[in-house]
Amino acid sequence: MLVYAFKRLLHVIPVAIGVSIVCFMLIHIAPGDPLAAILPTDASLELQAQMRSFYGLDQPLPVQYALWAWHALQGDLGTSIATGRPVLAEILSASVNSIILAVAATLIGFTFGSALGFLAGVFRGGWIDRIASGLAMLGVSVPHYWLGMVLVIAFSVSLGWLPSMGGGPGGSDGRSFSWDYIQYLILPAVTMSVIPMGIIARTIRSLVADILSQDFVQALAAKGLMTKHVMRHVIRNAAPTAISVMGLQLGYLLGGSILIETVFSWPGTGFLLNGAIFTRDLPILQGTILVLAMFFVIVNLVVDVLQSAIDPRIQRS
Amino acid sequence: MAAITAEIVPAAPISVPKSPGFWSGVLHRLCRDPVALAALAVLVVIVAVAILAPYIAPYDPTKGSVIRRLKPIGTEGYVLGTDELGRDMLSRLIYGARLSLIMGVVPVPIAFVIGSIIGIIAGYTGGITNTLIMRTVDVFYAFPSVLLAVALSGALGSGLTNALVSLTVVFIPQIARVAESVTTQIRNLDYVDAARASGAPAMTIIRVHVLGNVLGPIFVFATSLISVSMILASGLSFLGLGVRPPDAEWGLMLNTLRTAIYNNPAVAALPGVMIFITSICFNLFSDGLRQAMDVKS
Repeated sequence: MLVYAFKRLLHVIPVAIGVSIVCFMLIHIAPGDPLAAILPTDASLELQAQMRSFYGLDQPLPVQYALWAWHALQGDLGTSIATGRPVLAEILSASVNSIILAVAATLIGFTFGSALGFLAGVFRGGWIDRIASGLAMLGVSVPHYWLGMVLVIAFSVSLGWLPSMGGGPGGSDGRSFSWDYIQYLILPAVTMSVIPMGIIARTIRSLVADILSQDFVQALAAKGLMTKHVMRHVIRNAAPTAISVMGLQLGYLLGGSILIETVFSWPGTGFLLNGAIFTRDLPILQGTILVLAMFFVIVNLVVDVLQSAIDPRIQRS
Repeated sequence: MAAITAEIVPAAPISVPKSPGFWSGVLHRLCRDPVALAALAVLVVIVAVAILAPYIAPYDPTKGSVIRRLKPIGTEGYVLGTDELGRDMLSRLIYGARLSLIMGVVPVPIAFVIGSIIGIIAGYTGGITNTLIMRTVDVFYAFPSVLLAVALSGALGSGLTNALVSLTVVFIPQIARVAESVTTQIRNLDYVDAARASGAPAMTIIRVHVLGNVLGPIFVFATSLISVSMILASGLSFLGLGVRPPDAEWGLMLNTLRTAIYNNPAVAALPGVMIFITSICFNLFSDGLRQAMDVKS
């Protein structure tokens, strides 16, 4: 188990370095002088020269990358042009909100997705299967940013039950486990849950159908085990895959939350990223993407190791 | 015994009925799948509308008027109402099909060609070339699709070309992965070994023995990406990273109409309905195609 985790970690390191190179290059594929992105437009020539040598922009690209990566490893991702605050501080305060939203969405998506997928897999070919598969198909095809708008129209504009945007009555500070705050979470979380719901339902449907067709299930039924006990075996066999799909979806939602967070003005990393794109705040853009991509890499690693801990057969393959 | 010694007649040429090929079988199965056919029909209509836009759109999609802003659906002369600048929604939705389809569909075939080439080379050569290519692919695969698309278009700036480039870069690694894995499977089959042993050059083996077997699965995977691509492309426009106003594109229209959800929610939601319909039809058709090509079922 530990050996496997270590092997996976060794495999992840080159990927992480590659990811950081891609993030580093983002500023260099952007049109214009990278310095112009870091400094205000009215910066003096001395300051420009000073910053140029501070960031090593007079050095060759590999040296620049090494400098940048060295700063990044120490938690220095630069300073936001728009707010003047350190990029890492901005990202950390936003990630709390993103994590809350992504976890809530994953839980909703997993609960409904696995229930739908399980029913569809057990009653394969029946009407339940058709409805569940249809819903799953809608879930993976719907443009979720549009669904968000539709839910706002229905529950905020028409019915007035839930707030349409924001992270809480006084922003996201002082978040507490009370209706005042939770009501802000409901619409974005439900909107976001649609994607993992569809994917989890489809995965579990084929998984359950596959397990049900295996010999051991027939043997269990043949020895007279009640259906509900047979189902317990099916669930145990489906669990590792289901959990890994859930973990991966959590990673996708954290990294790809920009559309939903923009629709609902949810003050997370996606919203931060969207603002950075509009103000051409490249340090924030680069830093957020680096942190989110690294987070996704780590989630993948954790899911892999966890899955192998639950199901030792994986290590052997 | 006479029968045995009978004169041996030269066998008449037997006409063997030509067995129907793989693709005609796929076509045959596809034609019996009502869902896939219906989805295809809707897609054909949408494409036709996009091509014929100048002939069927009742108004100029960019011509607005301050006096008829946000008219509701069913207004006299403006069947689907007007947008926040008083432009006819029906005309804009019709014209919007052009850019939305271009943005959503074009990246996939480009990524299909580049990704297949990369994946087949990696899968066929194996060894260090494979490791180098696939580790690079892994790096891009390590980004969630939405994040990579937004990162690239965010850095490059808005515009149709930049959005197309970003989306293509997002899909290349995904296609290359599939191409690599199917090619690796085929490469280890006996008949490929036999061809190599008989001295066939690599290009010939790839052309004759590998391509025919790997392009099908890669193609099916690529078609399943079109629906994702439609949603992502419109998403980029929705964020202001795709086409620029006043061009009509469904994602962009959804963005500019966001402020109208309080005054005229039905009109504001219309562009999203179009994205939804197109995306689900591509998904249904791709599912049908996969089932039709899966000989086992």
